[in-house]
Amino acid sequence: MSRPGGKQEALLALAGAAALVAIAFGAPWLKFVLTIALAKGLAVLGILLLLRAGQVSFGHALYVAFAAYVVAFLAPLVPEALVLLPLAALGAALLGLVIGLFVSRYREIFFGMMNLALSMVFYSLLEKFYHFTRGTDGIRVQPPRVAGMALTRDGYEWALFGIALGLCLVAGWLARIYLASPMGQALSAIKTRETRLEFMGISARAALLFAYVASAFLAGCAGAIIAMTTRHVTPLLGYWTASGELVFIAVLGGAGAVLGPFLGAIAFELVRVYAAATLADSWQLILGSVLLGVILFASRGLWGVIEALLRRGRRA
Amino acid sequence: MSVLLSARGLRLAFGGVRAADGIDLDVMQGEFLAIIGPNGAGKTSFINMTTGYLRPQAGSIAFDGQPILGLPPRKIVRRGIARSFQLPQLSGEHTVLENAALAVAAHAGFWSPWRALLRPEYRRDAEALLDSFGLLPLAHARADALNEGARKLTDIAMAVALKPRLLLMDEPTSGVAASEKMAIVETLVRVLRQAGVTAVFVEHDMDVVARFADRVAVWSQGQILALGPAAQVLEDPEVRREVIGIEAGPLLP
Repeated sequence: MSRPGGKQEALLALAGAAALVAIAFGAPWLKFVLTIALAKGLAVLGILLLLRAGQVSFGHALYVAFAAYVVAFLAPLVPEALVLLPLAALGAALLGLVIGLFVSRYREIFFGMMNLALSMVFYSLLEKFYHFTRGTDGIRVQPPRVAGMALTRDGYEWALFGIALGLCLVAGWLARIYLASPMGQALSAIKTRETRLEFMGISARAALLFAYVASAFLAGCAGAIIAMTTRHVTPLLGYWTASGELVFIAVLGGAGAVLGPFLGAIAFELVRVYAAATLADSWQLILGSVLLGVILFASRGLWGVIEALLRRGRRA
Repeated sequence: MSVLLSARGLRLAFGGVRAADGIDLDVMQGEFLAIIGPNGAGKTSFINMTTGYLRPQAGSIAFDGQPILGLPPRKIVRRGIARSFQLPQLSGEHTVLENAALAVAAHAGFWSPWRALLRPEYRRDAEALLDSFGLLPLAHARADALNEGARKLTDIAMAVALKPRLLLMDEPTSGVAASEKMAIVETLVRVLRQAGVTAVFVEHDMDVVARFADRVAVWSQGQILALGPAAQVLEDPEVRREVIGIEAGPLLP
């Protein structure tokens, strides 16, 4: 099967990034939406890694929420975005390692439900320990400095948008390298021929654990950016619907390439914003219809549509 | 010849079915040992116990003098025992070359997320491997598009890529068209001899056994009914009656 080459994908990614910057210039109020979309794209990129191994996590909002609360708790102590972000992401990765050691024993529905259960435990902790987390009221996050500079509101938004965009490009590039490596290629062997891996001397559990920790790290990056962008964290970040949303976006964008999650996330957030503006109470109806359309007519997601167009273009 | 693999007193029962009922077997360095016997006699169970997939209820297995019982499959592979499968275990969405390269990588250095699976040295080794099996023309075909013979050979090639000293093959010719059988076995015997790999193979085709096995072990209800040079065992009247199901007449013209 012919796939678009690395160069083509890189060009598309850069063109997409340039288009986003242009949109952010043209419609400044969309900067916020796009930053959130890019952050979610990072988390969905992690979901994609697990999907390659045939595993669906219905609990990855756990890592998004964990990192967001790390930012909320540490922001008064270290008011610096470039410190908070890696700290929160590494924290999420560490939590992913601990939980991953446990959930990497499970496959398919058990894997999905185990993640869901753990994320709901964490959600309950956030909600019930009011004294510490302020429950459903959540915690306000004071805007931290960026590279030592206290920015104006607009400058701060641009900085976060830039950080998110840069992270997406780097993460997409690294994920692509990882997926082409033996460790990445072995993920699809976990999906179909796990015993074969063991009989080749490879621990399938360890291979899955690596992808899991990477996915927790990516979700952590997402959580930190979301916390610093919305400047308010609540337990809802870790609710099961938030986890479901990540899987929804993964299906919408397509798992065939690392651009899929970002396409999906941007489409998702834009549809949500415009749908909510036109049909305030039933925007889910529009989102649902979009997903239904994708599943029925473009089962490889938005990326699959673009891939098909590219292939046709090359043949012509 | 020295003993490479030594099994003693292996016992394994599934409910009331005895898959191994006191199996003693030595596999000699460099030999081709065929295991024959009716379905359910415990032939595959022997492979599964030797590769760490099943744990016998009693007995011991030593490889090169070291006990290996209780080790997980991936550690036994690292000691030098590889296996192929009755139903080839290939990644269908990958090409033959990618499947082979994954096996090459599994042996040469798997845990690096930075470098491509098809890096030049792995590609070269995988291509050389496929070439030795005559599979190079199929290198870029998806594994799920191959015929059974090519799938079997790819599966065995992946085991050989692990550079084993002992290769256990579970029915390497089952499901392969009769016309292709001999060519496939000839190919793999040539490769294994060149690589100096000792081989144990479960086989139902007596022509294949007669032509390629140095020794034959006859399995029946978890026990070894007969063991010896192929010519001798295959002519044994009891073996012929009990296992092969042919009363008289030479096997080979």
